Amino acid sequence: MFKIILVPESILQLFRICSRSAFAVIFALLLINNSAIAAPDGKALFQSNCASCHNPLKDATGPALQNIDKTFPSKEWGYNWVHNSAAVIASGDKTAVDIYNKFNKAAMTAFPQLKNEEIDAILKYVDDFKAPVAAAKEPGTEGQPAESNGFLYTIITLSLLVLVVILWRANQALMRSANEKSGIPNEKEIPLYRNKVVIAIVAIVVFIMSGYWLVNGAINEGRQQNYEPLQPLFYSHKVHAGINQINCLYCHAGAEKSKQAMIPSTNVCMNCHKQIGEYTGEKDHPLVTAEGKTINGTEQIKMLYKYAGWDAAAKKYITDEKGNIKATPIQWVKIHNLPDHVYFNHSQHVKVGKVQCQRCHGQITEMDEVYQFAPLSMGWCINCHRQTQVQFDNKYYDIFQKYHDEIKSGKRTGVTVDELGGTECQKCHY
Amino acid sequence: MSQKQYWTDLEQLNNPAANQEVLENEFKEDLPFDLSGTLLGASTPRRDFLKFLGFSTLAATVVSSCEMPVRKAIPYAIKPEDIVPGVANYYASTFVDGGDYCAVIIKTRDGRPIKVEGNEMSSITRGGTSARVQASVLNMYDKARLRFPGSPVAKDKKVECQEATFEAIDRVIKEGIAAKPGYLLTGSILSPSTKDVIAQFLTKFPNVKHVVYDAVSYSGMLQANEACYGKKTLPTYHFEKAQTIVSLGADFLGTWLSPVEFAKGYSKGRRISAKNLKLSRHYQVESNHTITGAAADHRATCRPSEMGLVAIALYNEVTGGAKVSGLSAKLSELVSKAAADLKKGGGMVVCGTNDVNTQILINAINDKVGANGTTVNWTTTSNYRQGIDSEMVALTEAMASGQVGSLFMHGVNPVYDYFDTKKFTDALSKVPLSVYFGERMDETAQKCKYLVPDHNYLESWGDAEPRSNYFSLMQPGIAPLFKTRSFQDSLMVWMGSTTNYADFWKQYWTNKLGGQANFEKALQDGVIEPAGEVAVGGATFAGNVNDAIAKIQGKKASTGTEVLVYQKVSIGYGGPWSNNPWLQEMPDPITKATWDNYACVSPKMAKSLHAELDGRNEVDSKKLVITVKGANGYTANLPIVVVPGMHNDVIAVAVGYGRVESVGRAAASDNATGLGGRNAYPFTTYNGVNIESFVAATYTATADKYDIAITQTHLSYEHRPVVHEFTLEEFTKDPKVLMKERFAEVGEFAEAPLVEEGKESKEEKIADAKMEEGYRENGTLYPNYEYNGIKWGLSIDLNSCTGCGACVIGCQAENNVSVVGKEHVLKNHEMHWIRIDRYFSGTPDDSDSIQTIFQPMLCQHCDNAPCENVCPVSATNHSSEGLNQMAYNRCIGTKYCANNCPYKVRHFNWMDWNGADCFADNIYEDYRRDDINDDLTRMVLNPDVTVRSRGVMEKCTFCVQRLQEAKLSSKKAGHPMKDGAARTACQQACPSDAIMFGNVNDKTSNIHKLRREEQAERTFYVLEHIHTLPNVNYLAKIRNTELMNAKDEKNDGFYNDHI
Repeated sequence: MFKIILVPESILQLFRICSRSAFAVIFALLLINNSAIAAPDGKALFQSNCASCHNPLKDATGPALQNIDKTFPSKEWGYNWVHNSAAVIASGDKTAVDIYNKFNKAAMTAFPQLKNEEIDAILKYVDDFKAPVAAAKEPGTEGQPAESNGFLYTIITLSLLVLVVILWRANQALMRSANEKSGIPNEKEIPLYRNKVVIAIVAIVVFIMSGYWLVNGAINEGRQQNYEPLQPLFYSHKVHAGINQINCLYCHAGAEKSKQAMIPSTNVCMNCHKQIGEYTGEKDHPLVTAEGKTINGTEQIKMLYKYAGWDAAAKKYITDEKGNIKATPIQWVKIHNLPDHVYFNHSQHVKVGKVQCQRCHGQITEMDEVYQFAPLSMGWCINCHRQTQVQFDNKYYDIFQKYHDEIKSGKRTGVTVDELGGTECQKCHY
Repeated sequence: MSQKQYWTDLEQLNNPAANQEVLENEFKEDLPFDLSGTLLGASTPRRDFLKFLGFSTLAATVVSSCEMPVRKAIPYAIKPEDIVPGVANYYASTFVDGGDYCAVIIKTRDGRPIKVEGNEMSSITRGGTSARVQASVLNMYDKARLRFPGSPVAKDKKVECQEATFEAIDRVIKEGIAAKPGYLLTGSILSPSTKDVIAQFLTKFPNVKHVVYDAVSYSGMLQANEACYGKKTLPTYHFEKAQTIVSLGADFLGTWLSPVEFAKGYSKGRRISAKNLKLSRHYQVESNHTITGAAADHRATCRPSEMGLVAIALYNEVTGGAKVSGLSAKLSELVSKAAADLKKGGGMVVCGTNDVNTQILINAINDKVGANGTTVNWTTTSNYRQGIDSEMVALTEAMASGQVGSLFMHGVNPVYDYFDTKKFTDALSKVPLSVYFGERMDETAQKCKYLVPDHNYLESWGDAEPRSNYFSLMQPGIAPLFKTRSFQDSLMVWMGSTTNYADFWKQYWTNKLGGQANFEKALQDGVIEPAGEVAVGGATFAGNVNDAIAKIQGKKASTGTEVLVYQKVSIGYGGPWSNNPWLQEMPDPITKATWDNYACVSPKMAKSLHAELDGRNEVDSKKLVITVKGANGYTANLPIVVVPGMHNDVIAVAVGYGRVESVGRAAASDNATGLGGRNAYPFTTYNGVNIESFVAATYTATADKYDIAITQTHLSYEHRPVVHEFTLEEFTKDPKVLMKERFAEVGEFAEAPLVEEGKESKEEKIADAKMEEGYRENGTLYPNYEYNGIKWGLSIDLNSCTGCGACVIGCQAENNVSVVGKEHVLKNHEMHWIRIDRYFSGTPDDSDSIQTIFQPMLCQHCDNAPCENVCPVSATNHSSEGLNQMAYNRCIGTKYCANNCPYKVRHFNWMDWNGADCFADNIYEDYRRDDINDDLTRMVLNPDVTVRSRGVMEKCTFCVQRLQEAKLSSKKAGHPMKDGAARTACQQACPSDAIMFGNVNDKTSNIHKLRREEQAERTFYVLEHIHTLPNVNYLAKIRNTELMNAKDEKNDGFYNDHI
């Protein structure tokens, strides 16, 4: 009795202390957060605007950006260049014309929408950028699943079972000899394999196990987690999205607009690869397939040229008599396959839900060859819908007055997808 | 008195035991096992059990041993800038089919048209569509279309097109064209630029003449208008402005001239509410039963040959002349009432006959009652039909006498639809150079020398001028699928033009509109119209009325039976529509029959043919076949369908059937069995001036029976009342009459909370909106679910609904609803998610007493749905937005839900209709409907909607894919969803705006205001008293008549005399 009262008391104490300190922490966090909102995020801006043509450290379509601001005649010149480089070149500025000529007269896209402080933020980010240190691979550690206790428990259970059987047998033997001693007649000994109890138990266990195995197998039918097919081109997401930090949406532009994220057409590849004709990163990041075969990156780019109909020597597209580019689509092997009766919309998740690509696709920036990270099972979808809170500040959700009231009154902190009907059948099946 | 005696069909009125049995047995065929006695005692249960066990084990093994196929993801090589895969693009265009016109929006997904919607910017069709417009997208993917130019050759009893190059054909034509006089024979052409091209063509080849021929002719009207007003054109009709509408045989809501335009206008005058008690009055005189007749307030019937007499009677009544003898009492009464109403002003008379003299009289009446300039517009005229019959007859004569050297035919099929087919066919064989632009190997194509197929309208550039100075542009939704060439391009090549039509067309409109920017705007809008209201003006009448009357009276009055040739709302004049499986399976609004044509006869005539119940009632699908012999010598064997409301001496037969095999599988008819119907065009006759759509006839019964697949009797409400209808008088006297009826039924549950609020009097309680809420909460033992956010609701106005079926096809196109074929319609397996129930009332014997009402029926999305409770796997359940959801992949096909649904709106996939099963070669084929499963045809499928496989239940989803899309785009834009952002396919297709849809939780939404304020008095729910709490409501029908077929002892279920 005493204990029961005491425990909540102490918890209450603890809670008070915690809540006080939590308040302070949250307040501090808010302050930090606020300042974070105020300052432009250089990394994000770089990735969404610059990364498709620039690398911080290496020349790409455009020059390496690290410390490039030091080469500008003035800060103002830099802003003008970014806002409209063509105008600066047209004005006959020597620095501008030199850069223009150095990079094969490829004009830089104008970014009139970027504010000066945003440009500063980008420059600060690239100046501070450090080459990611390739993690020294220790053989044996990578790819191993996390140490689990399951094996240990199995051994313990099995040994305990053996112990039970031994003890039971010993008990039986002792009983028999005791009976013999006291003259009570023993029942005829039945061998284990003819013991009906044992047969029944074994039958039940086998039935349950096979049932479990069957059902599990049936449920997993058609699922292909970790599927990593061979693709027609060795396209490394790690090189593009990881090392070169190209924004996912640059190539997968549909992710914000459509149900399909879209695989880019070859002309999107050629936006950069008109300039980048060889893979120069072998030293830092050699390309190796899952089977251990080394891949020549430059050869792969040449294959891309074949698909895209690009004449690398003449630096122009090969066209037919009507002026159409002779390009052929690349027949990628589809990795993420949903059944036909499932409706999935990328834009709903990326644009409205603001879900990171990695949440479903895994550490894509670390994958040379992409594999299916998530099981894409209905349970997996539903789980996320149950746990994830929607962006409730979206004006669309104004109609849910009840939840807004509850948030205001502190009754809830947010609204999950599930609470808005996100686990109903006809949200995905129609 | 909203509960008059309704009956779906005669046998329901009669209700014989056979009918009861059929209705109780919802699933018609027996199960494939023997269940006699106990299961174990039956003859084969063990074997069957083992068979099924073996099959399922094998299937499971096969499935589980399958490897996952490697799927490819192939992006564009060069992505077009304006296409985002997965996002639909919309292009404004124009539907033109002969003289039929509709401004449309083409929805394309990943570069292929999948749906056609009405263009709301057009002031003519105002966003409305018809069943044919909705189905037109399937026509483009028709497997039977000609895929290349060539010549017809006979091959194994079939006629095929032997491919030739355009160049080779062009060479022959260029050589042959100038040799002898030639003719260009076309249907009515609405396109001004095409007329321009034709004019150039005629200038280049002066010995070529242009003749316009319409399969369904309006030549009588055109000639009458020329005689009366000096204009060989058609006026514009403003049904929205008419207070009295008198129609003599014009099915203006179904098939006459421009039904979409007229339905839009007509429904405006029919939208009555308790606050605004204005309702137009509609008189209809007709020979058969049309949907226009069903909508009419007063309806009477006459023989088609008597229509002139009725016109005289009406003219005399209006002008105070002598009464005309020879009309039935009901008809005379209707005519004098109509005349009295017309004299009040704001009236309009339309007439469907092709007789010049009758049309002159109609013009005279319109002139006398002041319709010209108010409801009939002569300033803005219509171009829908331009064909003159006598010119076509003269052309045939010239051809027969060998004077014609070349004949170019576009948009016509005279070998099939000319009144004297044989003469035309023989004459055609004498033409040395005959060229056909038709899109398929139809009757005329087979007899021509060269085939130069034209594009489908969805592949074409073009334009239309449906009304004078109202233009509409046509742009393609896809590049031509086949090796076809536009009609205009062909003409331009032959006259040696250096440009192509697309460039010419663009130049034409850029010049006309004054600049590129204007052109682009017009192309985007789809229509170019004068600003402001339509200019309405009259014309001076100069017709010779006495001469017309004398000529009408001079004709011998007919006393016997007549055959009337009519167009079905679905198939129309025939053409490509005959081979459209969607339209073939669309139940005819009145007969509810699919897939065939037949002889519509009155119950009385049926009785004279056969005394027994079977053979002509609707319980038994086997219909008696009769031989109809026209006075012109044409004979056809046709099954009879009994239609109450038909004139007792009229047999009505629809055109568009009896096509040759090469028109397509769905259209092909078999002469021996009668499958696919018979051609009705040869029943038309030429009276020396015009082609008339009727002929005197005799009929005899044969010993044969023929199956007609009729849908209305498939599902039954077991005599529960489902529609409410009032006369205008009743409703005016007490607008709350329906509310009171509803209160009497469910009010007891609502009273307690109202009394608490201190509302004592019954009047107060009835008017209170809380009645529904009280009933919702107190009428059940279940807890009340609170709907946060959105709650979808749909409303259907029975006053506006014309039963035209546009919604049925719109739904079919949007939701990939399967076509099941005649065999399965006969077994009640049709899949339409929305059906239009048709109820008759009145005395079957008295065709003038029949009143008909339509009620579109779809899933009611009940909040307390009976289907949801009985599903053993919870495949159907309720969403937080009030949707009754159906998860196909969860359904195991027990059909309990369909059994428990009081509205009978659930449909089971008995077969693999579309190859959606995982088993190969499981697809159902009947050699008529299966064209829909061609790789080509499947391009029409909506990629956002699952194609259902065999063994699952399906039903209306409220177009959930559209709702989700509307919600998503609001979320992406970050604003609350606007009212009207989400529209269902049926709502969008409806030409009379009968359907409204929206979020009822939004107090500012139209649907909320409609239910609670504007139309609260007319709102009702079907089977409200069983507490299913539907999310679909109806608005009661108000008929502007004194006469309502009362529930009366004599007719109340005792109609035995005549069956």
